[in-house]
Amino acid sequence: MNREDLIGELKNIVGDRFVLVEKEDVIVYEQDGSIFQVMPEIVVLPGDVEQVSAVVKLAKQAAVPIVPRGSGTGLAGGAVPAEGGIVLSLARLNRILKIDLENRIAIVEPGVINLDVTKAVAKDGFFYAPDPSSQAACSIGGNVANNSGGPHTLAYGVTTNHVLGVEAVLDDGVIVWLGGEVPDTPGYDLCGVFVGSEGTLGVVTKVAVKLMQTRESVRTLLAIFDEMDNATQTVVDITAAGIIPAALEMMDRTTIEAIERGAPVGFPRDAEAVLIVEIEGLTEHTDRSASLARAICQRNGAREVKLAADEAERQRLWKGRKGAFGAMGTLAPNYYVQDGVVPRSKLPEMMRRIAAISKQFNLRIANVFHAGDGNLHPNILFDMRAPGELDRVIEAGAATLRACIELGGSITGEHGVGLEKKAYIGLLFNEADLEAMARVRRVFDPDNRFNPAKLFPTPASCGEIRLQPAQIPAGLWI
Amino acid sequence: MELLRNKPGDTATTKVPALDLPELYQCVHCGLCLNQCPTYRALHLEPESPRGRIHLVKAAAEGRIELNDRFKEHIYLCLLCRACETACPSGVQYGRIAETAREQLGPPGSPFARAVLNFVFTRLLPYPRRLRFVFNLLRLYQRSGLQRIARSLLPGKLREMDSMLPTVPAKFYYPVTSILPAIGERRAKVAMLNGCVMPLLFGDVNEATVRVLRRNGCDVVLPKNQICCGALNIHNGESAAAKQMAAIVVNSAGCGAAMKEYGYLLRDDLAYRDKAARFSSLVKDTGEYLAGIGLVAGLRPVEMTVTYQDPCHLAHGQRVRAQPRTLLQSIPGLKLVEMDGADRCCGSAGIYNLTHADMSQHLLKEKMQAVTATHVDAVVAPNPGCMLQLRYGTQRFGPDVKIYHLMDLLDRACSETDLTPK
Repeated sequence: MNREDLIGELKNIVGDRFVLVEKEDVIVYEQDGSIFQVMPEIVVLPGDVEQVSAVVKLAKQAAVPIVPRGSGTGLAGGAVPAEGGIVLSLARLNRILKIDLENRIAIVEPGVINLDVTKAVAKDGFFYAPDPSSQAACSIGGNVANNSGGPHTLAYGVTTNHVLGVEAVLDDGVIVWLGGEVPDTPGYDLCGVFVGSEGTLGVVTKVAVKLMQTRESVRTLLAIFDEMDNATQTVVDITAAGIIPAALEMMDRTTIEAIERGAPVGFPRDAEAVLIVEIEGLTEHTDRSASLARAICQRNGAREVKLAADEAERQRLWKGRKGAFGAMGTLAPNYYVQDGVVPRSKLPEMMRRIAAISKQFNLRIANVFHAGDGNLHPNILFDMRAPGELDRVIEAGAATLRACIELGGSITGEHGVGLEKKAYIGLLFNEADLEAMARVRRVFDPDNRFNPAKLFPTPASCGEIRLQPAQIPAGLWI
Repeated sequence: MELLRNKPGDTATTKVPALDLPELYQCVHCGLCLNQCPTYRALHLEPESPRGRIHLVKAAAEGRIELNDRFKEHIYLCLLCRACETACPSGVQYGRIAETAREQLGPPGSPFARAVLNFVFTRLLPYPRRLRFVFNLLRLYQRSGLQRIARSLLPGKLREMDSMLPTVPAKFYYPVTSILPAIGERRAKVAMLNGCVMPLLFGDVNEATVRVLRRNGCDVVLPKNQICCGALNIHNGESAAAKQMAAIVVNSAGCGAAMKEYGYLLRDDLAYRDKAARFSSLVKDTGEYLAGIGLVAGLRPVEMTVTYQDPCHLAHGQRVRAQPRTLLQSIPGLKLVEMDGADRCCGSAGIYNLTHADMSQHLLKEKMQAVTATHVDAVVAPNPGCMLQLRYGTQRFGPDVKIYHLMDLLDRACSETDLTPK
């Protein structure tokens, strides 16, 4: 099959309008929220699961890589087509198919925006718990692929804790349901295998998600610190005291500056760090826990602890927090965000190490992260156009991840491995671990065509898996 | 890490330095704008999203893609509603990027359409007398029965366009005196933009605006010789009289947004930039201004349920959202019901409803569905473009509701106050 035939066939499946091949169209799909760029040859936007299946079959026949894409908000290059080929955008599969409040589930298509699930059930007193910062734009399909978290992960868990089942298109175009609408389906937890697989096993076309009941009461504290050490120690003390906040977030001075420059919400620009402590539950519980948390903040030298007076003020705090990554553009043209994890008790030490790395490589680093989880997001600020700067950035990033592992943590909390961390995954897993994972992948994706060149390290360090370029008939693809 | 951007030699064509705007480097392509963009929501194609268009302009600036027709289509499918600016955590001024790209590309459409537009913009809008003449003709066409005959003869597409023509009212608004004194205690002196099309199509709104301002203690100055938006031209703005103005009030969101940007537009003009910046700092939307000084006129009840449509150039362009709502809620008996997507574009967008009729109608239909769901008696939209589009929407898609300017309802609520000068 040559290129023209393939394009013709794709157009027959999804319609002319939804097959993009012109450079002025496909170039837009060369990036996601990360710093990686590779241009796809073709972008296809199917409108239903049958079309997805037909496209997958065709891609197999043509032996072309296929890269599923949601809203393209990922931070690890997961949706960047590393080996070219077809980007399969699921943006048009954006229907909420079923809302079943009695059983507290919803069935949605992968292109549905995360926040739209909550919006659809909010009036009935329900919400969808995983809330990545990009929740106003990111898709449920992307969340499933990356097993995304969010500030409220601390109390409610990540995506995999909220997905009961998925419908997926497998490598040969077969449409299957993994898991179901009820918890505890027997057999292998293949739904669990798909969640977090970063598009390497197949294409998810429907997702059964859990809905949670909105809590009776919520208290949101903003604690302001003049010393980073005091803020990190507060995090350790709050969790040690047995308080489980719904969210416990930290932002440092540089992050506050970015937010206040971009879309200001009123964070104090002279503070070294602020914590957002949110407690949800019954009123008696939230009042008690909030006053305990306040006391711990004050004991650790917080300059001020403010309780959000109303929902509007609470929303404003979250708007600032959730816009933090996007606001980095006010400080530098590029940012490289890390996603390391350390045990909570190591937070103070880790922040000191990040400060040292910043100094060592002479790079500004803005910290905004899920402190309660020990899930760090140091954003290394830089300018891609400055010669040599990128190399320093990558070295500094690697130094950060190494520090996380040394302190007993991990290299990714919620953003996925993608392209960004595949070079570092070998730091965390040995060859046998990786080979076991590669075998799972081969079961679902024997030709290595689903989102190739992601997740696994380069072939040399990884058993038998061979990330070969797609076998495209000679002379047909440039 | 071989997959990083800016690969050397990745250029297909020549660089376009004029497009290499600093705003481009403030975008970190986080994607938070996508779901707020009307064209992306309608099509789900990223080249029709703000992030996509920014990336296209950047690629063109770097010489990676050509400024061809396809590129132009993407740039012009944008409504310039600037909802993405509200969504952007980095404060990227997308409007400036899109407008610069359009300058570089030139206007869209066939040579004939471009000639017509050029005529309207350069030969008609800046000349109030010519404009008035054209609207007199239009009124004659509509009232003489000619329009009815024409509709039966015109081919489909032209008939469709004819049906979108707003009805020209019987009365234009050009007050004979240029200073209309405050009623009751004098609190401020403001200049008001009468505008180019406003006095012809919405003379009643301008009249209402003047009454509301006067009843709330404002001397209203309507400078003579106003032309389109350049209306209170900057030089006049610097005249001795204007210096005493508390504000320059504008009841058309598009004009207000443009006038607030004079400082930016003339940033390279050494002679005018400071004056322009000072002028812009005085410009206020009428609702914004009145909410700021507070209403003092007695308000009588207006029994009505309304929803509020945020004009893009007010909500996104001027960041004025709360003030008009506060004013509406201060009217006794009036109930404000929020509709879904109140700050989403209705598809009017200047002449977009003519140049991109399909997309415009799609957005209008969605808007009217949102209005229907609120079960209101009327929609309030303080901007002439939105009002025309929504009126057309009530005819084409329903529901049968009234479309008001904020000043219409405030005028109705204030009208108990005696207007006779004291």
